[in-house]
Amino acid sequence: MSNKQDPMLNEKRDAPKARPAPLPWRDWIGVIPFFLFAILFILLPSATLLVGAFRDSTGKLTLMNFSGLFVPSILGAYWVTIKISLATALGGGLLGFLMAYAVTIGNLPRPLRSALMTFSGVASNFAGVPLAFAFIATLGRTGLVTVLLKNILGLNLYNQGFSLYSFWGLSLTYMFFQFPLMILVITPALDGLKKEWREAAENLGASQSLYWRKVALPILTPSILGAMILLFGNSFGAYATAYSLTGGFINLITIVIGSQIKGDVLFNPGLGYALAVGMIVVMAVMMAIYYSLRRRSERWLRQ
Amino acid sequence: MKRKSIWSWLWIIIGVIYFVLPLYSTFDFSLRAKKGVLSFLAYQNVFKDPNFWSTIAFSLVIALFTILVSILLVVPTAYWIRLRLPQLRGMLEFISILPFVVPAIVLVFGLIRVFSGPPFFLTNTFFGTDALLVAAYVVLALPYVFRSVDTGLAAIDVRSLTEAAQSLGASWATILFKIIFPNLRVAILSSAFLTMATVIGEYTIASFMVGIKAFGPYMSLVGQNKTYESSSLAIISFLVTWSFMGLIQVFNRGKAEGSSLSGAR
Repeated sequence: MSNKQDPMLNEKRDAPKARPAPLPWRDWIGVIPFFLFAILFILLPSATLLVGAFRDSTGKLTLMNFSGLFVPSILGAYWVTIKISLATALGGGLLGFLMAYAVTIGNLPRPLRSALMTFSGVASNFAGVPLAFAFIATLGRTGLVTVLLKNILGLNLYNQGFSLYSFWGLSLTYMFFQFPLMILVITPALDGLKKEWREAAENLGASQSLYWRKVALPILTPSILGAMILLFGNSFGAYATAYSLTGGFINLITIVIGSQIKGDVLFNPGLGYALAVGMIVVMAVMMAIYYSLRRRSERWLRQ
Repeated sequence: MKRKSIWSWLWIIIGVIYFVLPLYSTFDFSLRAKKGVLSFLAYQNVFKDPNFWSTIAFSLVIALFTILVSILLVVPTAYWIRLRLPQLRGMLEFISILPFVVPAIVLVFGLIRVFSGPPFFLTNTFFGTDALLVAAYVVLALPYVFRSVDTGLAAIDVRSLTEAAQSLGASWATILFKIIFPNLRVAILSSAFLTMATVIGEYTIASFMVGIKAFGPYMSLVGQNKTYESSSLAIISFLVTWSFMGLIQVFNRGKAEGSSLSGAR
């Protein structure tokens, strides 16, 4: 861009002109497209929602929109969303951790590890409509597992109060992408556990469980917590899977926001903005905790 | 040590069952469209539906544009910041994790509110809506595109390469397209395939912006009316995701584990 082919200039090039004198403002031109994009398509939409949340329908400043959040149906939606996120973060986190443990420290053949990582990359991205279909075919009313349990064990899940389209069903479905995500996030941390630490502990007479309680777990705790927070946020903001599984008939915050966008029921733009801002605040707090925990864990695991 | 690996196997087996059972059930279900016999009738019906082809073609084109825009946006910026403006690195990193903070459903809400009214009016035309969809997907892809490009840039000596090229008289365009891009091909390809895998079946943003023109909303519509066809669509979409993710592994050879994280959809 800057150096158009100029014969005069080319001849002068032989003499080392060092680097051209720094023109600070020209350096900044290079990053304008990206930051313009970020402002237009990330910051502006978020700011619009934020401003809208503090305005009433005539444009005056108000806090009324936020008081609209404190009605039973919305509070209920927050509660269900938090319960599902917590259940799938803990359940998916535990299973993912154990599997990651198995392939890193658990004496399993090496090729299994790369197979598991590939699989996790796929499965953690297998969310949304097809995942809902898959679980309907598995645990829906005529799903394979439902039918098998009825025919073999005489156990009718749907008479026992189970439904794929409510809390436990949705949690089981979310777990499908939650535990692979845990594997992806936690494996590097498990890799960071040094053999020497275990050997040192064993030389000092520590048992297996003492080593885990006093050495490994304290080092891993920030990583585990951080990963679980990531999982929590992942299901807190999920929409597609829940919507296509339940057809919108489950009271989750994302579903409520979705119906505010469509403007079907009880349309109130101010409330929609407040809900969206509430979600951004929750996610921002989660990410702040995640990054501070990650910084803590990196201190141990870097070298 | 024997006991330990029994436990390890147990966890792996539980995980594999969790993964395989839903897929097996879906496959089994998709073969039962004809009463009493196993057949590929549901697949034939899907392939016969012109909407299947038009929606998947639409989503493919959108995905290609998303890849093009995000690479052209992220690579030169990340390169330039590494070379000349290291003080902006923190800011770039911060922006690249914003999609985690703004989930897809909130992002699409904000985008519609901003761009459907003055001064943009993007949603009044087909082209405008499609462009907005691409922009939304570029935002979704940002976390992993940035991470993999950043890892790629860290692995090459950006400064020496640039100075060597400059001393030979290369222009900035030459440096970017003949030196930086080729050196980052692994990072670029792996983030491109990941974008492909996530964008093709994406539902949340597509359903609000373009409706059943896109593949995700089309699948959802089929699911409301046709049981067996929806299972076969789930299998097809899984195979598509699997093949793109498999390609990443081929190019990546185990590097950059965990860089495939994206925000909540």
